[in-house]
Amino acid sequence: MTTLAATLWRHPRLRIASLLALPAIWFVAFYLLALAAMFVSSLHTVDDLSGQILPGWTLANFRILASDWTYGRIALRTVGIALAVTITDGLLAWPFAYVMARHASPRLRAMLMALVMLPLWSSYLARVYAWRLILAHDGVLNWALHGLGLPTASIGYSNWAMWIVFTYLWLPFMILPLFAALERIPTTLLEASSDLGAAGGRTFRRVIVPLALPGLAAGAIFTFSLTLGDYVTPLLVGGPSSDFIGNVVYSNVGVSNNVPFAAAFAVLPLLVMAGYLLIARRLGAFDAL
Amino acid sequence: MKPFTAATGCVVHRKYAGSSDEMVALMRSGGGNQYDLVSASGDATLRLIYGHNVQPINLALIPAWQHLIPALQAPDFNTIKDVHYGVSYEWGPNVLIYNTQKVTPAPTSWSVLYDPANEGLVSVPDNPIQIADAALYLSKTKPDLGITDPYELNQSQMDAVVALLKTQRPLVRKYWALASDQIDLMKNGDSTMGASWPYMTNTLQAAKVPVADTLPKEGVTGWADTWMVSSNAPHPNCAYEWINWVTTPAVQAQQAIYFGETPANTLACPEMDKQQAGSCAQYHANAPASYFDQIKFWKTPLRNCGNGKSDCLNYGEWQRAWQQIKG
Repeated sequence: MTTLAATLWRHPRLRIASLLALPAIWFVAFYLLALAAMFVSSLHTVDDLSGQILPGWTLANFRILASDWTYGRIALRTVGIALAVTITDGLLAWPFAYVMARHASPRLRAMLMALVMLPLWSSYLARVYAWRLILAHDGVLNWALHGLGLPTASIGYSNWAMWIVFTYLWLPFMILPLFAALERIPTTLLEASSDLGAAGGRTFRRVIVPLALPGLAAGAIFTFSLTLGDYVTPLLVGGPSSDFIGNVVYSNVGVSNNVPFAAAFAVLPLLVMAGYLLIARRLGAFDAL
Repeated sequence: MKPFTAATGCVVHRKYAGSSDEMVALMRSGGGNQYDLVSASGDATLRLIYGHNVQPINLALIPAWQHLIPALQAPDFNTIKDVHYGVSYEWGPNVLIYNTQKVTPAPTSWSVLYDPANEGLVSVPDNPIQIADAALYLSKTKPDLGITDPYELNQSQMDAVVALLKTQRPLVRKYWALASDQIDLMKNGDSTMGASWPYMTNTLQAAKVPVADTLPKEGVTGWADTWMVSSNAPHPNCAYEWINWVTTPAVQAQQAIYFGETPANTLACPEMDKQQAGSCAQYHANAPASYFDQIKFWKTPLRNCGNGKSDCLNYGEWQRAWQQIKG
């Protein structure tokens, strides 16, 4: 034991290598190789009848994706709702995280934290099904609206329903990093700002927002990527035209056995995510993680 | 399953598939030696046969076969050039379901599912084979399109069907993927009518929801499930034992009543009435041959049109068309 410890202490490179080996193998085997397999697969086609992969390389899958506007619409819908959910979650999380970080007593803060975490204790599916009952035509929402004498809403099974459910599902993932960022802002900076004559609004805009931006960007990565890759919520609460990229991938892999086409479409969210992460890095998202 | 194991010594390991398409994908996974048997609907059987995933059946070993409804003894979705690749065992029509309080008068035509007055009230299956329902409707309402078989559509016929289904999309509240989805939709008032199976009607009626179903005048599509033996089945003897087990009248009746479907074995009728009075007539297990003329059973769309031409769209193209319809 002592010799092993001594060897590692004397050879820092060996120390680092042995620490990194396991995660590196994991990363290469299960992530990079899988990605490579996906790219390779996307350049094939399958025989419609037998389901066998045909020999030879082709860009046919990408050609179908480019020529059929159906897939462009699905991609725009996926990205659009992911952005809408991210913005809504950002707006909803601000006041909550701000009170939690700067005004709440330790006791209240612990309670608020428990409230944020509470939904994560129950199953994702149970919560989506619960929303289905809330938004249904004869559901809780319309029952309440009717009781208040308001016109009933017909938003069950629609893109509106998806937006609401996604916003609800991923809100904790926005609140937590934002709270962490806000909590880290030293009180002395706010005092300094006020000493220099800045009013509350100005301090907020010029000091708090820029310092909390990395937290907001980190949260936005979670809300955006989780929405972008989801296919269960569209399936359960979506309407007639609510398919996401994930649904097309799912129906091509699990259902019609056209893995190459699914792989070709799956390249798109990868590119979207790469662009999104680059922007997030500019905003300092990775400083807060 | 327990009495089957007790009688034959064969142990059953089962895996459920959520759809016909998934069933095909499962049978193709792992070189086809993971499963002995598959129960496939007509939209999957030809894909399994032409994919060489299943093997021909020796009917001499299936005594119940001679008692099957004539229409299901050698249907073109599991029998090719007199070679049988499976044994039909249960079937059912794809019916028009409606809420009897909210939809009056009772519909007699599929046209209600295409009527703009019913915006947001319709629920139809999320399945490419659903295109055949619209094709069947057009074959009666627009004879000049020349659709003779709703599963054999050329490009111009498909374009007309897709155009019709695109006008249907705003009427659709949800394309349902699971039977339970449509049950929820009908129960909670989100949908008042739709394309459905008798199973939903039975379940909803049992839950005191005011629904009924009908076979509209244009005719209906139907499904018939076939037990097929995997081409690399590790236990073929048990596979045959199983087919014989599920085609016995008692098991046929039991399954039919449980799932709301109809047995293929004509001898199952008295068994059904014994298990639940009146169920034989309720599920049309005693229906005359003319009844089957109204039902176009699911089969996989192929390039070959069956009339010597090969300009029909195959299943892959049906899938893409369905994705375009849903948007």
